[in-house]
Amino acid sequence: MSKAVVATTSLAGCFGCHMSILDIDERILDLIEVVEFNKSPIDDIKKFTKKCDVGIIEGGCCNSENVHVLKDFRENCKILIALGECAIMGGLPAMRNGIPIKECLEEAYIGGPTVQGNDQKIVPNDPELPILLDKVYPCHEVIKIDYYLPGCPPRADLIWEALVALIKGEEMDLPYEVVKFD
Amino acid sequence: MGTIVETILKKYGNDSTRLMDILIDVQNEKSCISDITVKEIANGLNISMADVEQTLSFYHFFSKTPTGKYTVYLNDSVVAFMMGREKIAKAFEEAVECKFGEVSPDGLIGLFNTSCIGMNDQEPAAIINNRVFTKLTPFRVKELVKDMKAGKNINEMFSASTGDGNNSHELVHSVVNNNIRKEGPVLKDDIAQGEIIEKISKMDPEDVINEIKDSNIRGRGGAGFPTGLKWEFCRRAAGDQKYIFCNADEGEPGTFKDRVMLTERAELLFEGMALAGYAVGATQGILYLRYEYKYLQEYLEDVIKRAEEAGLLGRNIAGNKKFEFNIRIQFGAGAYVCGEESALIESAEGKRGEPRDRPPFPVEKGYLEYPTVVNNVETLCSAVKIMKYGSEWYRGLGTLESRGTKVLSISGDCFHPGVYEIEWGFTINDILDMVGGFDVQAVQVGGPSGTLIAPNEFDRILGYEDLATGGSLIIFNQNRKLLKDVVLNFTDFFIEESCGSCSTCRIMPVVMRDKLVKIMDGIGVAKDIDDLFEWGEILKASRCGLGQTACNPIVSSINNFRDLYTSQIKTAKDYETGFDLNLAVQEACEATNRVPNI
Amino acid sequence: MYQTIKFTIDGKECIAKKGQYLVDAAKENNIYIPTLCNVEGVKPKGACRICTVKVNGRLMTACTTPVAEGMAIENNTEEIIDLRKSIVELFFVEGNHFCPACEKSGECDLQALAYKFLIMAPRFPFQFPVRELDATNPKIVKDHNRCILCKRCIRVIKDEEGKNIYAFKKRGHKVEIIVDPESADKFTDELAEKSMEICPVGAILVKEKGFSTPIGQRKYDKVPIGSDIEKVTKIKNEVL
Repeated sequence: MSKAVVATTSLAGCFGCHMSILDIDERILDLIEVVEFNKSPIDDIKKFTKKCDVGIIEGGCCNSENVHVLKDFRENCKILIALGECAIMGGLPAMRNGIPIKECLEEAYIGGPTVQGNDQKIVPNDPELPILLDKVYPCHEVIKIDYYLPGCPPRADLIWEALVALIKGEEMDLPYEVVKFD
Repeated sequence: MGTIVETILKKYGNDSTRLMDILIDVQNEKSCISDITVKEIANGLNISMADVEQTLSFYHFFSKTPTGKYTVYLNDSVVAFMMGREKIAKAFEEAVECKFGEVSPDGLIGLFNTSCIGMNDQEPAAIINNRVFTKLTPFRVKELVKDMKAGKNINEMFSASTGDGNNSHELVHSVVNNNIRKEGPVLKDDIAQGEIIEKISKMDPEDVINEIKDSNIRGRGGAGFPTGLKWEFCRRAAGDQKYIFCNADEGEPGTFKDRVMLTERAELLFEGMALAGYAVGATQGILYLRYEYKYLQEYLEDVIKRAEEAGLLGRNIAGNKKFEFNIRIQFGAGAYVCGEESALIESAEGKRGEPRDRPPFPVEKGYLEYPTVVNNVETLCSAVKIMKYGSEWYRGLGTLESRGTKVLSISGDCFHPGVYEIEWGFTINDILDMVGGFDVQAVQVGGPSGTLIAPNEFDRILGYEDLATGGSLIIFNQNRKLLKDVVLNFTDFFIEESCGSCSTCRIMPVVMRDKLVKIMDGIGVAKDIDDLFEWGEILKASRCGLGQTACNPIVSSINNFRDLYTSQIKTAKDYETGFDLNLAVQEACEATNRVPNI
Repeated sequence: MYQTIKFTIDGKECIAKKGQYLVDAAKENNIYIPTLCNVEGVKPKGACRICTVKVNGRLMTACTTPVAEGMAIENNTEEIIDLRKSIVELFFVEGNHFCPACEKSGECDLQALAYKFLIMAPRFPFQFPVRELDATNPKIVKDHNRCILCKRCIRVIKDEEGKNIYAFKKRGHKVEIIVDPESADKFTDELAEKSMEICPVGAILVKEKGFSTPIGQRKYDKVPIGSDIEKVTKIKNEVL
């Protein structure tokens, strides 16, 4: 049996969901028996080298680059999983939704209590930088998402169960404790 | 000498259940109800400021900030738009030099939108300082604004001629027209004043109820509950006081027949209320009148006064010591949901117009917890006719399921909009023929909470067995864009008028509206139509009729005009979010002076 | 003496006192009907609609409907469960519910219902409304972002004279809870605590308090809401 190809990424997230993937502990050895990672911070492959079976998305979309990466995942993966609160509903980054961007940037770079040394009051605007979106978007409000695994981070057991179920084509049988929103 | 507020509070006996009247008087005296006033009212009634605020903020016609020396409320219902509302709004904004929702900088004129004001047969129409101005034109708007700027009294702003019938009565003095196109047995002015009161005062109240029951008349407000049964329940309910409410809160866009009956048949209505009171054993009647009809107040109060003088209201009516009945008018303040009987009662108690949970029903526990009957204007008027001509006569009218006649309010694209009384059982085609409907694309039966009917269903009949209606029929010709002009407008109406108390009705219509707009924007997929249809079901878990039917504009138009939706679906994709990166980066580009690099 | 009556829930025969509200009657028969706005012993309001059941084929709220002889109640049917699920989802998209940052997380009834119904993501688009957080009161913080407008605070919390402290403002989707502006000095610690406790979500918080119970020991960490009434420890997943 050929291995399922998995790609992962973290958009507007904190990498906590990726940490949770690693939290499956020694089961990761079982996992690599059945899956092969492609584009992912786990193996540091930067670009898709082939079509993937499963794409795992951490984080929502807060800027233009997130949108490009997410669309790239949709094009290259058969199944997309939104992993964690940020991917599902924007999460903590989305707490800025409703606050004008100008205010957000000024708080972050000019007037905020932790800002030091920006005497010229510069808000970064290099043309190479990704541009912020008007709000942080849940992934499924940009492209189609097939499955959702909530949690902040999602419990390792949930990720494990979901991947195994998906690869084996079986139904998940989840204990109550593993599906949480925090 | 106390303050204005103290005087008003005193007038209503510092009774917190009269909060609506108090707020109305204060609003009219001071043109707003500020925080200081709220505090004064709260102290005077011994309730918290939050309590005053919660009633005050519920009603459209109350405001915490000044609304101008002249306050213009321009109707924004479907038919108003069809008859040229946009031009009128623009004329107002240009002449007054402020936008709708604002007050001119000098505080002279405030411009506001409002839900249907019951003038669909003479739109565009507006209420200015409690007076109604109909058939507005941009020219007339200029004239009106000029008068306002000259500081004229509102009553001097009328053009030379007033409306037909009692609209020209000195106590009404209004430009409104009745447009009664067809009188039937209920509208017909064929009863001598007091004749029926005299007759029933010699009857056993149970016999009166039986006569009404035998007639099989059902409530004319829309819900269609058997009237006789309602009266019987109330009569049987325990309570040392009972109340008769006349529901004159007709807020369903497109309905205006109660306004006409109030103008022309007030005596009949008040006799109907007294009759109901006698039958159920109630001595107090309350006419719950929508604020939009405030211009009828003086006239109606005068009719009540004259009835009292004639011994038809008060004590010992018709010489019967057991027959006592009094009527007072309770105004609403702009809330469609108050047409729901339990919300109406809440409102009359000075509270937010939120429908109550049932059971208990108002006939068991209604106004101030006493057994209460709430009947529509038309129902009560019909009851008087039934007592005159007998239940058998009444049963001979209409169909087997729907006895009697229905007074219809017909508006939209037809030659003769107005009020028609016909027997139940006629088809939509018959009606279109009667009113001169032309080039008809669709007919909205029963207002926004009713059904949007396509020509292939014009052979359906009006009646409880098929198309039940509280009386509103709106006709749309082929030029109307049904989704934008009708469905969206109606959906906005429900969003605006939801009381917000139950979750489903508060949230679902907003979510459905977004999806409707998505489809109209051409970025919908086939599943979006199915979603709308399915989501409408969720609203059925709402407490009252408003919530349960809030999806009807969308769902009934999908049912009968599915093509309007499918033709908007441009893509074969099964999923489309409509996300637009260009749009999403716009704000940040402006904030950082960048050009999109996407 | 009260009258005992018989009725059924999903076909199961039940016994109750006549006139008891359905929610309470079901509870006494070890059947859980989910609620959010209901408070035992306080006049019900039927605001959240979560407890909707079918009574003889008609949708009714179990918190406001008195039980009567022979009633046939549908509670755990596919239709009713999906209806409840959609209502929970509606609450999640109506407000801004950032569970990971919420002091009430793990003890929140709304979240617990989402767990019970295994909601992975709402079917409706998020509204992301702009809502205010009000910290002007010396004792409490009122966060409208999280409020589900259940009216529990309005109905339960009163001042010494029995006057309302909390109230609804505006109508429709603009409704919000307000705190009586004159109540600030009257707010005792006890009243603040009681307010926070009565709020089923994290919309009313006592200042400088929160996150006191470790994750794993909170009310709904290990057992689903309603477990005290029905024994449920494992829910079958419906997603994959």
